[in-house]
This record gives sequence, C-alpha cells and structure tokens, in this order.
Amino acid sequence: MSTFVLLTITGLGLGAMYFLIASGLSLIYGLMGVLNFAHGALLTAGAYATWWMSTHVGGGPGTKLLAGAVFGIAVGAALAALIELVLIRPLYRRPVEQVLVTVGLALALGALIEAIWGFDARPFPVPAWLIDTTSVLGASIPNDRFVEIAAAALVLAGLTGFLRFTRYGLIIRAGVENRAMVTALGIDVRRAFTLVFALGGAAAALAGVLSGVYYGVVDPTRGTSLLIFAFIVVVIGGFGSIGGTAVAAVAVGLLQQYTNYYSSGLGDLAVVLLLAIVLLLRPEGLSPKVAH
Amino acid sequence: MSRVRYALVPVALLAVFALLPQLSVDVPVVFGGPLDSPGTLGLLALCLVFAGVALTYDLLFGFTGLLSFGHALYFALGVYLTTIALTKWEWGLVPTLLVVAVVAILVPLLLGAISLRVGGIAFAMVTLAFAQAGQVLVQKNPRSLTGGEEGLGLNYDAIPDALVGVLNTKHLYWLALAYTAVVFLAVRWAVNSSPGRVLQAIRENEQRVEVIGLQPFRFKLLAFVLASFLATAGGVVWLLVLGTGASPQVTTANFTLTLLVMVVIGGAGTRYGALLGGFLYTLLDQRLGSLAGSTRIEDLPTVLSTPLSEPLFILGTLFVLLVFFVPGGLAGLGRRVLR
Repeated sequence: MSTFVLLTITGLGLGAMYFLIASGLSLIYGLMGVLNFAHGALLTAGAYATWWMSTHVGGGPGTKLLAGAVFGIAVGAALAALIELVLIRPLYRRPVEQVLVTVGLALALGALIEAIWGFDARPFPVPAWLIDTTSVLGASIPNDRFVEIAAAALVLAGLTGFLRFTRYGLIIRAGVENRAMVTALGIDVRRAFTLVFALGGAAAALAGVLSGVYYGVVDPTRGTSLLIFAFIVVVIGGFGSIGGTAVAAVAVGLLQQYTNYYSSGLGDLAVVLLLAIVLLLRPEGLSPKVAH
Repeated sequence: MSRVRYALVPVALLAVFALLPQLSVDVPVVFGGPLDSPGTLGLLALCLVFAGVALTYDLLFGFTGLLSFGHALYFALGVYLTTIALTKWEWGLVPTLLVVAVVAILVPLLLGAISLRVGGIAFAMVTLAFAQAGQVLVQKNPRSLTGGEEGLGLNYDAIPDALVGVLNTKHLYWLALAYTAVVFLAVRWAVNSSPGRVLQAIRENEQRVEVIGLQPFRFKLLAFVLASFLATAGGVVWLLVLGTGASPQVTTANFTLTLLVMVVIGGAGTRYGALLGGFLYTLLDQRLGSLAGSTRIEDLPTVLSTPLSEPLFILGTLFVLLVFFVPGGLAGLGRRVLR
C-alpha cells in the first residue's frame, strides 16, 4: 500500500512537470499552429538561469533557490517573448518555416548552453526541508513532490482563470477557435501571440526549476528528454485544451510510474503505446480544440 | 537537352567522385590532409553516407510531404541489428544482411501502417513516439544486447578484409559512394514513376487524389517503406564506414532533426539539394570542431570563441538564417542564380 501511495504521488509530481511544459506548447500550437521545438531549450535555459543566479546570491539554500527561481522564470518568459518577436513573427503565414526555425533554435540554444557550462551536471540548491519526507498513509514522500503538484495546480488554476475571466484570455480562446474571425473583428491577435509565448516560456522555466529540485542537478539534455513526453501529453490531451492537457499529463505521469515499478522499467514504452492507442481511436485527442 | 542532362550529370558526378581517391591533391582548410589520405577519405565517405540518408528523408518530407520525426529509428535499426547479429550472435555477413533486409521491410510496413492512419502533426508525433520507444529499448539494454549508453563494439571476424583497416579506407569510400548512387537512382525512380507522381500530388492536395479515386494511404505507405528501407541500408553502410560500432546517439530525436536540417539546408523536394545538404552539413559538423581548436579562433575573446567552439551552435544559427533569407535552400538559391 505504502509503495502504491509513493508511486501515485511521485507520478502526480512527474505529471505536474509534464503539465507545466505541455500547457505552453498546447496553447502556442492551438493559437498559432506552431509546434515549438525550442520549448525544451527554454526549460533548460530557465534551469541554468536559476542555477547561475543561485551561485551569485548569498544566504541559505532556500533564499538561493527562491531568488534563482524568480530570475529563471523571468529569463524563460523574456527569452520566449524575444523568440516570438524576432524569429516567429516575421514568418507569419509560413507555418512550416516557423517550425523549422524553432528546430534550428533548439539545436543552437542547446549547443550554446553546452559550450558555456559544459556537459557535466550542475548541483542545484535544494533546501533540506524539500528533501525531507512526510508520512502519508504509511508512505514516506519527499516534500518536493508536493511542491511540484502545488505549483502545477496553481498554474492550472491561474491559466484557467486568465483564459476565462480576462479580456486577453477571451481573445486567446477565440483565437484558438477561429483566428481569422478574430482578426476580421479588428482585434490584433499578434499581441496575444507574444503573450502566449511569454506565458509558455515562464511555465517551461518553472518546470526547469522544479526538475532541478526533483533530480538535484541540471544538465544540458534535460529539456530535450522532457520535451518528448510533453509532446505526447499535448497530443493525447488535444491541442489547445488546457483541461485536456492537465488530464493527459496526470495520466501519462501515473502510467509511467506504475509500469516502471511493476514491470521493471517499461514505463516509457507504455506511454508510447498509450499514445498510439489514443491516436488510433480518437485522432483529435481526448478533447476537441477549445481552450477551456 | 534535358534528357541528356538527366543521364549525364549523375554519371559525370559519379565518375568525379569515384576518381577522388586516386588524386593526391591538398585542399587546405576544408580537409586536414590530401584527398587520398585515409583521414580525408573517411570523412568524405561519411559525408556521402549522410548525403544518401538525407535523400531518403527528403523522399518522405520533400517529395511526399510527410513530416516524420522518427526516421532515426530505421537508420538505427540497420546499425544495431547488424552489430548485434555479427557480434552477439556471431552470424556470417550474408545471413546478417539478408535478415536485416527482411526486417527493414517488415518493421516500417507495420509501424507505417499504424502511423499513416493519422496525418499532419499527429503523424509527426506518432513517428516521434515510435522512435522514442526504439531509443528506450536500446538504453534499457535487454539481455545486454545493445550495450545501453556505452554502445556496442563491432566484431570484424565476418567482414571481408577488403573493408577493414586504415589502408582499405578507399574501398569504404567507394562503398559509401555506391550507396549514395543507389539511393539516388531509387528515389529518382520512385519520384518519376507513376506512383511517384501520385506521391507529389498527395503533397500538394491529398483530398483531390482521393476524389480521383486513388487511395493515398497505399502510396504513402510505399514511400514510407522505401525511405525507411534505404535509411536502414544507410545505417549498415555507416557502421562499416565508421568502423567503431553502434552508438545510442543514432537513436535520438536529435538525429532525426539533423536529417531534417540537412534536407532544408539543401532544399526540400529536390534530389541534388538533399544530397548537397547532407554532404555539407556532415563536412561542417566534422570540420568546424577541429577548426574551433585552431589558434585563430582560440585567440578571439571568450564571448566569441565559446559559441564558435560548438559546431552545432554554428549549424543551428546558420540553419535559422537560411530558413529566413534563403527559402528553398541551396537548391533554390542555385536555381535563382542560374536564371
């Protein structure tokens, strides 16, 4: 029983990270039709920015982590907005080229991080209370899992509220549904594009920070390996749907943890199989293309 | 005229490349040694293999319009199955190649039939997921067959002596050239035959092909199996040319992305473009690394020398610039200059 509880909460923690990456990807694709391959690089950049800041401020590991996280998320958002403004916007109406640019960017950014900080993993500042465990139903759970789940839940609530109750949220939802119509009504959707990119970049950087806490280190390949599972989550959840993405992220995280434990490490294969089954049964994903 | 060009240009190119190992010419900066030195020939052979593999990817992406993110899987299939059969099972070369050939048709037939049920981005994701499964399988190292992260060394006992050793690099070079020529002919046949016209029609407008009464699925599957089969063959040739064995790097999604970059640099949907893209990319990837070690770059301030020491950074940036300023790739650029 205690193993099952541990697996469930760890699976939820993993799902939380997938959700943070996938929510940005999903909104960007839903609104602009751009499959952002550079999203993994944004995650890695956010994680490295956090690490860099933490080595430059004083105080205990908690202060270092907090200062680093704020800086890392800001870097993620700024970098994403910059990418949208400089590289994606001029290629408006050329969707294939937009995807290609993000591919090139993913390769170049990853290589740049490797060139500056090398292949070796860097230790992340993790306060002791995050590594300590809390007893839940007889299982000892590391505290960082709860932080991951809470962060993803906050982002989910925040994004849902933003999409549902603000004017920009309305524009984004309408844009996902029918971009041409929104433009025809005289609303400049392009500002929403930049905003969605910045939000996605911030969420990806937050995932980078949390993955650093989860693994205790950060290395240059982190973003790419998480990105593939985030892609799978986005496809299963249905492009442009935040709720669908959240459900899919939890499903993928749990499935991965359970199968990894009960079948000696076949979790990744199970996720691939799940994707194949979902796509063959429902090619449009779990939920239709609406940003709720 | 065009018929003459159709036959003559490839033959002339083939002849020039076939004669290169006989020339003892120095090409400074581009190559580290004279053309007939084993180092330069090995590098050229690698460039030729990737020219061919890039063309197999172009058959999918450029000619048929299928954006696959899983082409690495089929290349890796050739690399790993050959290495495992020769090293772990100690088979002879001929039975190994026969089994690899059969598997190289069956696997893409099965996986292609599944993934081609969806189109567009969903197709890209399913192929990515299948390739990811392949990568996981290699890393899990079942029954220590694949060697996991370490890779797997190649057992040379079953390989003919003419293809082993530094002195025989010339032969490996010709092998790579033969592979590229075969891929070129196969892709040209596939594109110019009547099924090939259907493929290009699918790229332009799939619905219309259906309205005419043809089933796009069968033609797409044909292209998928042919491209995958040729990529597997490329994996086998790469293994022999490199001569070090299988490495898990060829199973990654980044490997497929490099193929995509090669094709786009050269010009998607063109045969010579894809060949040129694969050739140039590999050459730059290999040579930029050694150029970065040169004093000319090391003397630059750190702000410049650090990024320039990473070939992938230069190639990625170059790629972004090309997408922006040279639509149609190098082939498109050439056509515009000639006009």
